Amino acid sequence: MVVADHNTDTAQLFELLSTVVDPEIPVLTLQDLGILRGISLNDGEVKVTITPTYAGCPAMETMRADIETTLAEAGYTRVTVRQVLSPAWTTDWMSENGREKLRAYGIAPPLSTACGQPSSQIECPQCNSSDVKLISEFGSTACKALYQCQLCREPFDYFKCL
Amino acid sequence: MDSQKKSHLRDYCIALGDDSLILGHRLSEWCRNGPFLEEDLALTNVSLDYIGRARMFYSYAAEVEGRGRGEDDIAFLRDCREYRNFLINELPNGDFAVTMARQLMVDVYDMGFFAELAHSRDPTLAAIAAKAIKESSYHLRRSEDWIKRLGDGTDESHERVQYAFGQLWGYAAEMFEMSADEQQLLEAGIAVDRSALEENWTATMHAILKESTLDIPDDNWTIGGGREGQHTEHLGFLLAEMQFLQRAYPGLQW
Repeated sequence: MVVADHNTDTAQLFELLSTVVDPEIPVLTLQDLGILRGISLNDGEVKVTITPTYAGCPAMETMRADIETTLAEAGYTRVTVRQVLSPAWTTDWMSENGREKLRAYGIAPPLSTACGQPSSQIECPQCNSSDVKLISEFGSTACKALYQCQLCREPFDYFKCL
Repeated sequence: MDSQKKSHLRDYCIALGDDSLILGHRLSEWCRNGPFLEEDLALTNVSLDYIGRARMFYSYAAEVEGRGRGEDDIAFLRDCREYRNFLINELPNGDFAVTMARQLMVDVYDMGFFAELAHSRDPTLAAIAAKAIKESSYHLRRSEDWIKRLGDGTDESHERVQYAFGQLWGYAAEMFEMSADEQQLLEAGIAVDRSALEENWTATMHAILKESTLDIPDDNWTIGGGREGQHTEHLGFLLAEMQFLQRAYPGLQW
């Protein structure tokens, strides 16, 4: 029986899982989203802990399956993916890197200061103007709201602060 | 935890799941029927939040029960009299005014309820509540906005939303009535004292109605029974549609 170096192996696992992305927003990885809460490796058995974003988010099922598939392809056949509800996921856990990727992808990233209030600090991802108008609190997915830039007139999604 | 307390806890979770699932289903009926595209998306997104909530409550109930049932068994294999949702959630959507009036009444209630449930001694319930309240604050912002627009809108919108509240008002009382089993869970620090939520609910609703130029409806009638499995005639039709596939093809998986 090979005694694995615990630290090295979980580092490897973290790297493997850094390829698992949000199926709706494929520029964001699990880590960018702050969904991945823990990985442990004991005697070849991997336990991954994730936390759901929105209660009804349908992407979570896909991500869970992707985690299992990714690990299986790397040879880890004994994998348990566990969901924890507490502490409640918040957009504050989204990495700075993640926010930048969202912006580049055309989605305005969540502002941590303005949960629950429409914000005057949201900027158009195309032209950076803050002269934006809320069209709908709910957009193409539960996590996004629909805005329109009043300067360049392009509509854009805003990833809501939660 | 003794088995009686466990079964009370399970029933409590199922009731909360039922509230969520039934309202979630009603809202899903707006899919492709919304007055305009953005509103169609909004209504169905709110529906999705509720369905997700139901999943969390049902999954936990199944775990507490420990008899091998899952969330799907609880959702699809129970008939009307086993459902424990408040009646207000099962009422038909009616027109947009009725839907939003009902939504406002439920959203104000949910904000009060989940704020308390977040302090439950049961960590899972507290965790669900912590997530739910964040979503409900968006729901409330939306429904409050709509009621103000409809109330302080055209003559027609004002008339419709006034009528809607008149039809719904008596269904609120049930949300603040505790059962004996629930009382026991309250004493254990797990459940919420719903009767203590009524005052704030009423004050908040009155303030919003006033700002929307609406009259406070008559409170000389109330109707309840949901938590005891006594439902309106509407629930049967809802379940018939919602559960059809599982009942026709038991055990079928996607």
